[in-house]
Amino acid sequence: IMSLFGEVPQATPVAVFKLSNDFKEDANPKKVNLGVGAYRTDEGQPWVLPVVKKVEKIIVADNSLNHEYLAILGLPEFRSSASKIALGEDSPAIQENRVGAVQCLGGTGALKMGAEFLRRWYNGNDNTKTPVYVSAPTWENHNAVFANAGFEDIRPYKYWDAEKRGLDLDGFLGDLESAPKHSIFVLHACAHNPTGTDPTHVEWMQVAEVMKRRKLFVFFDSAYQGFASGCLDKDAWAVRYFVTQGFEMFCAQSFSKNFGLYNERVGNLTIVARDSDNLKRVLSQMEKIVRVTWSNPPSQGARLVAITLNTPELFAEWWDNVKTMADRVLLMRASLQAKLQALETPGTWDHITQQIGMFSFTGLNPKQVEYMIKERSIYLMASGRINMCGLTTKNIDYVAESIHETVVNVQ
Amino acid sequence: MRQTCNSDGGVGSTENVQARGITLLSIFVDTPTAEPNPETKLLADFKTDTHLSKVYLAGREYLNKEGQTSVSPLVGKIMQQICTDPTLCPEYPSSFGLPEFTRRATELVLGRDCHAIVENRVLGVQTVGCTGAVRLGAELLKHWYNVSGVWCGPVYLSSPCDDSLAGIFEAAGIQDVRRYRYWDTEQRGVGVQKMMEDLEMAPEQSVIVLSASAHCPTGSDLSQKHWRLLTQLMVRCRFFPFFLLPAQGLCHGDVQQDAWPVRLCASLGMELLCAQSFSHSFGLYGERVGHLLCVLKQSSTLLAVQSQAEKQVRALWSRPSVRGARVVATVLSNPAHHVEWQEGVKSMVERGILVRERLREKLRLLGCPGSWDHLIQQGGLYCCTGLNVQQVEFLEKRRHIYLHPNGCLNPQFCLAAPPGSLQRRHTPKLAVWLCLSTHRIIRVSCLRSPLPSL
Repeated sequence: IMSLFGEVPQATPVAVFKLSNDFKEDANPKKVNLGVGAYRTDEGQPWVLPVVKKVEKIIVADNSLNHEYLAILGLPEFRSSASKIALGEDSPAIQENRVGAVQCLGGTGALKMGAEFLRRWYNGNDNTKTPVYVSAPTWENHNAVFANAGFEDIRPYKYWDAEKRGLDLDGFLGDLESAPKHSIFVLHACAHNPTGTDPTHVEWMQVAEVMKRRKLFVFFDSAYQGFASGCLDKDAWAVRYFVTQGFEMFCAQSFSKNFGLYNERVGNLTIVARDSDNLKRVLSQMEKIVRVTWSNPPSQGARLVAITLNTPELFAEWWDNVKTMADRVLLMRASLQAKLQALETPGTWDHITQQIGMFSFTGLNPKQVEYMIKERSIYLMASGRINMCGLTTKNIDYVAESIHETVVNVQ
Repeated sequence: MRQTCNSDGGVGSTENVQARGITLLSIFVDTPTAEPNPETKLLADFKTDTHLSKVYLAGREYLNKEGQTSVSPLVGKIMQQICTDPTLCPEYPSSFGLPEFTRRATELVLGRDCHAIVENRVLGVQTVGCTGAVRLGAELLKHWYNVSGVWCGPVYLSSPCDDSLAGIFEAAGIQDVRRYRYWDTEQRGVGVQKMMEDLEMAPEQSVIVLSASAHCPTGSDLSQKHWRLLTQLMVRCRFFPFFLLPAQGLCHGDVQQDAWPVRLCASLGMELLCAQSFSHSFGLYGERVGHLLCVLKQSSTLLAVQSQAEKQVRALWSRPSVRGARVVATVLSNPAHHVEWQEGVKSMVERGILVRERLREKLRLLGCPGSWDHLIQQGGLYCCTGLNVQQVEFLEKRRHIYLHPNGCLNPQFCLAAPPGSLQRRHTPKLAVWLCLSTHRIIRVSCLRSPLPSL
């Protein structure tokens, strides 16, 4: 008898996973992985933040902590301290008791919960046809999360201008003006993935003005707070600005990168509502949604983050660790740009230092990317995106030379 | 670093908001308050109850002698080791979770020599608890079960069942969720005949959710003879079994016996899903250690199904959290640890049986009407007393003893003395109240006795 799954087609592989696999199997000793989505030290190793090691020991030694189920919405001290990180300790919205949160499985989980809520309860109770706008380009999982939550109309908004290698502000504002009212927009809070290009403060103000006027829903994705500039507040500027403008909104936060807790899945969906009554009702529906997805979230990572954020010395140490990571990225950016200029590689390379965060859109085209992979064993995404964390003082010369050779030989 | 742009001052009063011409209505104004989760409500009612000797018997955890949840010394030791292990790195795990974990979780259910494993037609995915496993399974079925036709159910759940199950399938987009009769009030056990009758009526290709052992919430399971009958029916009607195995080892004190129905179906060459949890058997509730097992008919379909499962995981939670899974994998991969763990599980079961026997004995001594043998025939975390809705309400409102509305309770909580309470053991008190409760019902003839169907 045939299997009931007999006709299931093979799904297209996730590009970044495939890239990592190909890299693993490459025997070239000079190979470099610039596709990895995680921080690496100058030795090319993952980094357990010193503050994390410290807090893990505290947790293990604490006999009063149990292993019981967390509440459905998660650990309360994690939720509130995580929201404070995004909105600022002195945020008026927090003081007015109209900020709530749901602890989730990483940034993905936070996006998922937000999406599931919006599909059910935003603007009527069936939002399957409400358009969801994601930037062009964006993190490839945005599409899947919203599609799986039931949204049928997911559209790109103009964002990256390939020619000028920067933000297409006019295109962006144009799409905001022409979007149907109540459309949902997924905005990158900072360190845009994959382009590394963020709007300036003035540009954000323009975006906010249109969104307010046209009643568009603000859904921030904040996966790199602190990691982009090394300063938590600076990286949260856009989110906080929108709050001061009176927006109700969601902000999906991830602590994977800025705490190096990739495998503990620490995320938080911060909800800003008009008032506490609305907030309460929203949270009650969130509970229902959580209950049928994962029931209650895992405790370890949340506990770790909560202890860190709520203990002044540990908080300071964390901030320091984050700055270490951000500084290394900035150093690699500066080095790469300097080397390309020194080599007199054709084209301009200022965008490498102008862009921010882990990723850079080099501007290499697919043919050039293929050359880099096949001829030089340097692995990057077909879009030309590189992860600056893959660069080290040991491989940066090889990478710069390879980019030079590629640009010269392949058009 | 302070914000530089906000010269207005924050959004303070309504006047400010109005001045900016923003509508006062929240976009969430039409979001209704959700009905509370029944369990949350019960616990909330218990917490606000001011009666001094109130007792909560609907807990979802296993308790030690001191009435606390705990992890075994072995698990505690392994967690310490993991914490100080320099070779472990914090990287993203794969969407399928830790390979060592999924391998051991699979072997635990099916047995290492299972044909399906040997023939490479088994998929294992680490999930966020049992709920995550059921949700992932539901998503897989919704998207990929019988591609050539349009499938959207039906899924059959036992009556009663865990109150979140129906919602999980609905959230995955499967609206056609039905029930088969399971708990028989009169027999105070599984009403096999009625169950089979209901399933005979189910359309072909229905998905049947079955509890492999330690049924939640009744604690009543099918006998092996009845499992054989049921599987014959399932093969004949081309049903798809979706097993729940939330506490393997904690029903009979034997991991093989608890997984027997799953192994039976696998040995018959059936395709199946099985949602597992390691919360109870390792005391790692907060770590959310779950696993979804998928047994396929042919190995040729494995890669495709695996790739689609990965896609589903990516859209749900991307990857699972590793700490709990790492502990479980460490225990299950080490023969000495594995034995120690199994022994620990066995003693938990023995303690559970002791409580049930004590309860039954007390009821007998009090001359409580009815038979109470079912208390010791049931296994696992839960126990269905057979008390009806009115009796349960009586216990709650008049005696401040909190059971699930369907009459089910966690016997371990009978034995536990809450901190600061005057009583060391609840069992005698509970027995007395159960007895009085039943007496009262018999005396007051206007109250109905059968359990309303759930």
